[in-house]
Amino acid sequence: MTIALALEQLLNGLQLGVMLFLMAAGLTLIFGVMGLINLAHGSLYMVGAFACATVAAWTGSFWIGLVASLIAAAAAGAIVELVVIRKLYDRDHLDQVLATFALILMFSEGTRWLFGSFPLYLDIPPLLQGAVALPGGTEYPLYRLAIIAAGALVAFGLYMLISRTRLGMRIRAGESDREMIGALGVDIRTLYTVVFALGAALAGFAGAMVGAIQSVQVGMGEPVLILAFVVIVIGGIGSIKGALLGALLVGVTDTMGRFLLPKLMLLFVPPAQAGMIGGAIASMLIYIVMAVILAVKPRGLFPPAHA
Amino acid sequence: MLLTRENIVNLILALGLLAVPLAANALGQPFYITLATRVAILALAATGLNLALGVGGLVSFGHAAFFGIGGYVAGILAAHNFSGDPLLFGFSGTNQMWIIWIVAVAMAGLVGLAIGAISLRTSGVYFIMITLAFAQMVYYFAVSWPAYGGEDGLSILVRNQFPGVMTMVPLNYFLICYVILLAGIALFAVLRASRFGAALQAARQNEVRVATVGIQPYRIRLTGFVLSAMITGLAGALFADLNRFVSPSMLSWHMSGELIVLIILGGTGRLFGPLAGAALYVAFEYALGGLTERWQFFLGLILLLVVLFARGGLLGLLAGKAKHG
Repeated sequence: MTIALALEQLLNGLQLGVMLFLMAAGLTLIFGVMGLINLAHGSLYMVGAFACATVAAWTGSFWIGLVASLIAAAAAGAIVELVVIRKLYDRDHLDQVLATFALILMFSEGTRWLFGSFPLYLDIPPLLQGAVALPGGTEYPLYRLAIIAAGALVAFGLYMLISRTRLGMRIRAGESDREMIGALGVDIRTLYTVVFALGAALAGFAGAMVGAIQSVQVGMGEPVLILAFVVIVIGGIGSIKGALLGALLVGVTDTMGRFLLPKLMLLFVPPAQAGMIGGAIASMLIYIVMAVILAVKPRGLFPPAHA
Repeated sequence: MLLTRENIVNLILALGLLAVPLAANALGQPFYITLATRVAILALAATGLNLALGVGGLVSFGHAAFFGIGGYVAGILAAHNFSGDPLLFGFSGTNQMWIIWIVAVAMAGLVGLAIGAISLRTSGVYFIMITLAFAQMVYYFAVSWPAYGGEDGLSILVRNQFPGVMTMVPLNYFLICYVILLAGIALFAVLRASRFGAALQAARQNEVRVATVGIQPYRIRLTGFVLSAMITGLAGALFADLNRFVSPSMLSWHMSGELIVLIILGGTGRLFGPLAGAALYVAFEYALGGLTERWQFFLGLILLLVVLFARGGLLGLLAGKAKHG
């Protein structure tokens, strides 16, 4: 029984990790190529979720909604890049933080304006409803497994895109020397817009997938954004590999910590306090892990070579 | 020399902040006194952050942690005083503001030392994100620790006391906060003009040179960060007593963002920048909040325009460019 429960929690942790990777990959790409810190990435996650919920409600199809979330988030990302972000590349990080913080206020309040304060709900598509039997006798929702699979697929696709295509080559070149690839005749401004839109689409996709298991509401992107920051700081800012490993580490640590720590505390303190102390430590666990990693490796586990 | 344009603007700001509640008191409008007290407290919090951010160039996105810790010190000490339960090691709670202030400053300083010691090993974007993450850690701890209200926060039933002053009278409490704000700004000015301040600014401008002349940038920065945390923590204690309520929202990352916004609106690194920024921010909040429910949208828009086009902030506009930077 406990083994089965632990397996279930482990899968939940993987699912969280995979979603965090989708967010962190965009953030780390944008930082790696353009040197920009984007707080509004969580807003793009929210845009994806709202687009999916709205279109799914219109058409009755989750799948059309999912496509819509990609398009909406990528479009929102491209517009934001063209209008605002473009002016921030030469600025210091403080200006970038403030401008993107301002964008969060505008996105959140704008969304509340359009959709009202009540959360929207997004149903799991019929194809993915139901549960799968796990060894040990418990059942696990099929949809969550599908999220893990989709995330793994996207991670593989991103790897192929970056290592095997011309666009990927340019992205890698942009990471190692921005001025140089501009000088070699690559249209760097368009490349920036494409990278930003790509990151936005990944965030929007994550938002839409998670939207079906949580409620779709204003502010949903912010906790995920901060976890994604922890992920890329652990992984090394600018490193996709670091983002993947960091995301899985954070996802599994957070979920298993919440599951195991209250039980672990039972060995030391009376049951009444074990839940409280265990829960409080569990809620801080990933930050403690981050602090330990940074104390040993201040630039994360996989710092990009050039930085 | 003394009557530069900046000094005149600063004087007007300081007197203006004093004049508003006095006038409001005479007209029987206590609401505006509360608003002015809010300005004074937020300005003090931002003055603390300005030491790290403006002088030291340390973009801390986690100062809400210190603000909230100050607030929780006030709330927890007052709660123990009210219930009579001993706190830790046999100490009891208290409702004396000056004790609360000392504890708040000490706690914020200690946590600032721990956070700073780890965060300052990094720089740039890493520093921004790590300070943010540590503040979130404190936030989640406050949310998940049920003993002091958890997510619901903690009420202070009666405002804490200060010898010889009726703190429940709004004008009196404003004056306490105002005097502390002026003391905080004076401390900021003294620190900035001191040898320590020169080293802190030099560490921002050229780390290698500072190291070459035999000063360790890390130590200087850590000292600056801890002092900055202490001032912001004191402001947090005052804020909790103003609202007679403390909740995890004081620790949230929105609060950290707001504190940075105050500095930028006013003018980064300037002595009275935080006060100008806080006054502007509270005025926006009040004026826009009266016009539309969606004031945060317009606040975001204004902030975006300030960042993109008006980088000197309000003081840059009124008093000209900063002399050195």
